[in-house]
Amino acid sequence: MILFKLTLHSLWNRRASLLLTLFSIAISVALLLGVEYIRKEAKSSFLNTISGTDLVVGARSGPVQLLLYSVFRIGNATNNISWQSYQDIAANPLVEWTIPISLGDSHQGYRVLGTNQDYFRHYRYADKRLLAFAEGKPFAGVFDAVLGAEVARKLGYRLGDNIVIAHGAAATSFTLHDDKPFTVTGILAPTGTPLDRTVHVSLEGIEAIHIDWVNGAKVSGYQVSADEALQKNLQPKVITAFMVGLKNRAAAFRVQRDINDYKREPLLATVPGVALADLWQALGMFETVLRIISGLVVVAGLLGMLTTLLSTLNERRREMAILRAVGAYPRHVFLLFVLEAGVLAVLGCLLGAMLVMVGLVAARPWVMAEYGLYLSTWLPDSGDALLLAAVAGLALLFSLIPGAIAYRRSLQDGLTVRV
Amino acid sequence: MDVIALSNLHYRWAGQSRDTLALAELRVRKGEHLFIRGASGSGKTTLLNLLAGILTPASGSLTILGQGLQAMGSAARDRFRADHMGVIFQQFNLLPYLSVLENVQLPCEFSARRKQRAGKVQASARRLLDHLGLATSLQQRAVTGLSVGQQQRVAVARALIGSPEILIADEPTSALDTDTRDGFLQLLFQEAEAQGSTIVFVSHDPHIAGHFPRVVDLGELNQA
Repeated sequence: MILFKLTLHSLWNRRASLLLTLFSIAISVALLLGVEYIRKEAKSSFLNTISGTDLVVGARSGPVQLLLYSVFRIGNATNNISWQSYQDIAANPLVEWTIPISLGDSHQGYRVLGTNQDYFRHYRYADKRLLAFAEGKPFAGVFDAVLGAEVARKLGYRLGDNIVIAHGAAATSFTLHDDKPFTVTGILAPTGTPLDRTVHVSLEGIEAIHIDWVNGAKVSGYQVSADEALQKNLQPKVITAFMVGLKNRAAAFRVQRDINDYKREPLLATVPGVALADLWQALGMFETVLRIISGLVVVAGLLGMLTTLLSTLNERRREMAILRAVGAYPRHVFLLFVLEAGVLAVLGCLLGAMLVMVGLVAARPWVMAEYGLYLSTWLPDSGDALLLAAVAGLALLFSLIPGAIAYRRSLQDGLTVRV
Repeated sequence: MDVIALSNLHYRWAGQSRDTLALAELRVRKGEHLFIRGASGSGKTTLLNLLAGILTPASGSLTILGQGLQAMGSAARDRFRADHMGVIFQQFNLLPYLSVLENVQLPCEFSARRKQRAGKVQASARRLLDHLGLATSLQQRAVTGLSVGQQQRVAVARALIGSPEILIADEPTSALDTDTRDGFLQLLFQEAEAQGSTIVFVSHDPHIAGHFPRVVDLGELNQA
């Protein structure tokens, strides 16, 4: 007890130099906890990109690739699937709803997704949340567009603005569908998913802008105006993929097998949850790297503490001799250093945790506006507690070095240090 | 009864070919005030460390309060020192981060015997400080606000709390001017006598020898 009191008084006496040590520990702990928080949030945000969808169906390729282009808007489909096949499968009595998806065009680097009204009725993300509109309403006409939150914000679009869709998915495209502009009728609320970076139009709209194209290229001399296009049959012949909701989730594997065995066309159905987990596993390396880096930062912070403890050894020699003279054992001297490191580590952990808590609350409005992510309030869970315990343990381990040196010295010096 | 009795005591620092200290005989009776004079390098420090049980003699016998120190382990010697000895250094005797009163009470935190003998520790500390002429207003202060003379008196109070049998003083007056020094010695004797403590006082300064009834010259005593 007296040792603890001595430790606190002694620390307070040297507070000016120790404050910096404390801060370096606190910051490294905050980084460690922050990285852990981001890792968990990123994972849950990733796994929450799509929810409530039982199957994603596309041309036969790999399940991860199918997920990448249909849900994350990364990469391209190897092939399209026919409208006929889509209708066939949608008619399966086990299927409750479907959402067709048609990809391949873009607007200023943002992917354009052709779909129908079912998208707004059935697509769910996060905790089975439906899409919400920040402004406006779903598209109704052929040349209407609904923008994701980020598209509207970054490009400064408002309801009623006209946008031109470019052919292909690259950020700079030289072939524009500039003869058939779209009008913004709705802007979605932020979701924190790739949906925020998507322009949604109707399948008919996609069909209309390609009506005077043949085999993916404009045919010179053949021009169909927007008004003329509206007169034509805009029923698409192909789509890129579609999502399926089942009446009974238990039937997912049966329907999946049926689709994978579909005779008329090579199709692939995948359960998004499984594919998402696979994909996260593949990306898992970055998690490990992040953790290693933050772990090293903590070690650096604690090494700073060790340096401070070691550098005070000489000036504290007199202090130790006095304590020995009043009856302290060498092991008391040893314990003083361990206690000191313990107090510093615990204070550093508390301060670091507070930094994370305050930092998240402070960053919340900005992250919400910028990324559409709601930062949940940080409360340490058992994993975090384990990390903090590891930090404290490491600090105690480091303190054994100055402790042992002081122990040996106090045996030799005894009562006779003339400083 | 002899408080300290040593005979044929030899001590040699590790790696040295000659003894640092070789004492044929030295006895100190209970309540005696012994002045050990010695120039620097005469082995004063070594002798004090031997008496305090920090060092152990290479040969010969060293008995304090009837107990042979050689027979004890280092932890037992530490305990013995904490229980039976008060130590005063040359200067910087006090922990800068504790108040005057807390500094005085320190030995009672490490020795149950001295705590028990002090009774009400804080009252006992206050009484000693009062006797040593430290005003109540100074007692709650940080020790850094005290003059060197005041600090040395606090050190005396700390060495005396819990009435240890032996008081070991290592040049405690070397940083004091003559007037302060004489006043300091008077208070030291007065309080030590009140408790019946034996004083072993080591210094190179021949001028203070006159205050002591018994003076030993370490240069003569040491045969090394």
